[in-house]
Amino acid sequence: MKNYDKLLHDLAPQKFGKKGVIWTISLVVLIVLGIIAYIDQIIRGQMVTNMNDYALWGVYISNFVFFVATSFVGTVAVAVLRLTNNNWRTPIVRIAEIIAVAAIIMAGITIMIDMGRPDRLLNLFIHGRMQSPITWDVIIIPTAMMVCLLLLYFPLLPDFGLLHKHYEDKKPKLSKWYGRLSLNWTGSDAQKALQHKSIQIIAILIIPVGFMLQTIDAWLFSTLYRVGWDSTNLGAYFISGASVAGIGALVCVVYVLQKVYKLEDYITDLHFDKLGKFLVLVCLIYLYFNLNEYLIPQLTSKKGSTTHINVLFKGEYAPLFWFVTIGGLIIPVIVLLFKQGRKPLPMFLIGLLVVAGSWWKRYLIVTPTLLHPFLPIQGVPESWHHYFPSMHEWLITIGTLAMALLIITVLVRYVPIVPIQKTADEQEELQLNKITKS
Amino acid sequence: MKNNNTDSRRKFLDKGLKLGLITAIGAVGLTKIASKLTAQTDKNSGDKMELMTTDGTIVVVDSSEVMEMEHAGKIDKYDVREGMPNRKFVMVIDLAKCTNELKCQSSCNTNHFVTGDHSWLKVYKMQEDTDTAPYWMPTTCMHCDQPACVTVCPVDATFKRRDGLVLIDTERCIGCRFCMAACPYSTRVFNWSEPNQGKIIMDMGDETNRPAAEYAGLPSIKGTVDKCDFCPHKIKENELPHCVTACPNGVFYFGDKYEDTVTNGEETLVLSKLLADKHGYRLMEGLGTKPNVYYLPPVDRLGDFEEGLERYTEFKSVDKPK
Repeated sequence: MKNYDKLLHDLAPQKFGKKGVIWTISLVVLIVLGIIAYIDQIIRGQMVTNMNDYALWGVYISNFVFFVATSFVGTVAVAVLRLTNNNWRTPIVRIAEIIAVAAIIMAGITIMIDMGRPDRLLNLFIHGRMQSPITWDVIIIPTAMMVCLLLLYFPLLPDFGLLHKHYEDKKPKLSKWYGRLSLNWTGSDAQKALQHKSIQIIAILIIPVGFMLQTIDAWLFSTLYRVGWDSTNLGAYFISGASVAGIGALVCVVYVLQKVYKLEDYITDLHFDKLGKFLVLVCLIYLYFNLNEYLIPQLTSKKGSTTHINVLFKGEYAPLFWFVTIGGLIIPVIVLLFKQGRKPLPMFLIGLLVVAGSWWKRYLIVTPTLLHPFLPIQGVPESWHHYFPSMHEWLITIGTLAMALLIITVLVRYVPIVPIQKTADEQEELQLNKITKS
Repeated sequence: MKNNNTDSRRKFLDKGLKLGLITAIGAVGLTKIASKLTAQTDKNSGDKMELMTTDGTIVVVDSSEVMEMEHAGKIDKYDVREGMPNRKFVMVIDLAKCTNELKCQSSCNTNHFVTGDHSWLKVYKMQEDTDTAPYWMPTTCMHCDQPACVTVCPVDATFKRRDGLVLIDTERCIGCRFCMAACPYSTRVFNWSEPNQGKIIMDMGDETNRPAAEYAGLPSIKGTVDKCDFCPHKIKENELPHCVTACPNGVFYFGDKYEDTVTNGEETLVLSKLLADKHGYRLMEGLGTKPNVYYLPPVDRLGDFEEGLERYTEFKSVDKPK
């Protein structure tokens, strides 16, 4: 018989301790502040931001791109590892799915914050036109959201069934909820076959959907004439960048959950080691596309490109650019090449660096390009030559980041973060192997 | 009599094409009957009219045979998204004459109630390179034939008309600013806050109390995009856009590409000849946007570049009431 008792004891969702409660309350406070700032923005108009007719997009858009990129973890860590039969993925896939769900939901919300007339949102459906890349986004984001949700939900069914039984006596109300969510899971062969097939379809589906999402996100920029965006490289550039952002975020969340939930038996050094190698791989791919994106235009040195790249290499945005490139890509690659660097704590620190780098990277993709249009900036207030987010923009942006973390927090509170049924099955298989061998 | 018959036949041919062969055959008979009926009523009219046919011969017809037709050039009622029929508006800006007087800008600002920090019409201080001469370059919306802004608009709020104008339906715009990012000429401005234009006096189209079609985009609305509209409200009155009439040097020529004519109010020129003689060009031709605003290079200048410098304000294009 399978050893469910120990597994359930270890892996069933746990009540938050004091730290968890403080964490959740702080997130709620940040979200409330963000909502207040947003309401003020609706009342007074977007003049409360520091955007202007030149820097016409700002931190809202770069934050949106960051969320879209992070949601790619669902594709890269779940589907790709599944297709390549990497069995070590079991204890971390659900965390990746949770991050993907939180990120894609927040991507959908943040893009609306940037709209000058959010009250006319329905116009996108009433008057939508297929030729606009925004319409492509309107189609792909809800699609990706559904696929991410299902990819999280289908594998959860047996676990919900187990939890339904587990809490039957102790917490009948909670048990009822798990029962409903499990869709009457009994574990029969027919159910198992159906679930297995569904997961397989979704896990394959999320690959083209994820690629489309990142590519459309890139095309929002590369379909425009602006120097720095008008690049055939941008789709692949965004996909590889999204892998970096997604796995960086995954490393951070995995580390925190391992420590908080004491999951050292399930999430081991081996997992960090594997994740570390994976992160190096995607960082190297992203570095390669960065070379394409920056060095080739610099070599042919067309006038517009040179201006743009000099601003990044040694101008106003140089400190940020080198932080993002060296801190967010080169240092992680170097550190993670060493075995010691792939231990949990250094991995966590590197993960934080990668996520911060990824966030600012999107800022660098959006802002400097807009500040170097084809015609010179003249006849507008001096402040329009520069852009840095206003207090309102920071409050709202931090609010959205807090909301993403809150979604993750709520999910890890009520959902078993390491798949119980799957772990049990794998343990059983291991036992059987041992018996047959001896 | 005979004319009438061919006329009806032509009509029948037109319709016949649409309705199909079978209807057409039946219609032959009907037309003949109809023409006979009209012929009978003709007998009662005694007035004769002299008319010129398309091949130039004068024919005398009974006045009762003359029907009133809708005039092709009539623009009393037209679809704001279709534009004025059979027109194609075009502008030529002669850089040789511009001395940065900025009368165009202030006239445009006043008449379009521009209240933000960014005027629709700007006069750039341009210098291509260190070894070329500086010059003043007024810019309006280029009203491109391949407008990047229209391509990317997700809700069809900004649209291209058959008369060449690119306009904005501010009642529909969702404020995503994608069009602003798409425009390589940085011509679009955004209403970041309540425009506060005061009372706008303009021709309200009908009882619905909304502006007439010619005023598409006015008044400005918070959270939507504005830009130069080529003054369709002036064109409708057979007048020239505000910038054209305000310029003391006659820099701006406005006209119709189909008529191959442009005028700055003082002289009227043949567009194709003007562009060929003076080497007219368009901004960023290489992008393929096909603008409808042409520039004549700043050669044989009217005034010194330096004269304009005293009026040049790098950080201001709209005068705010104190």
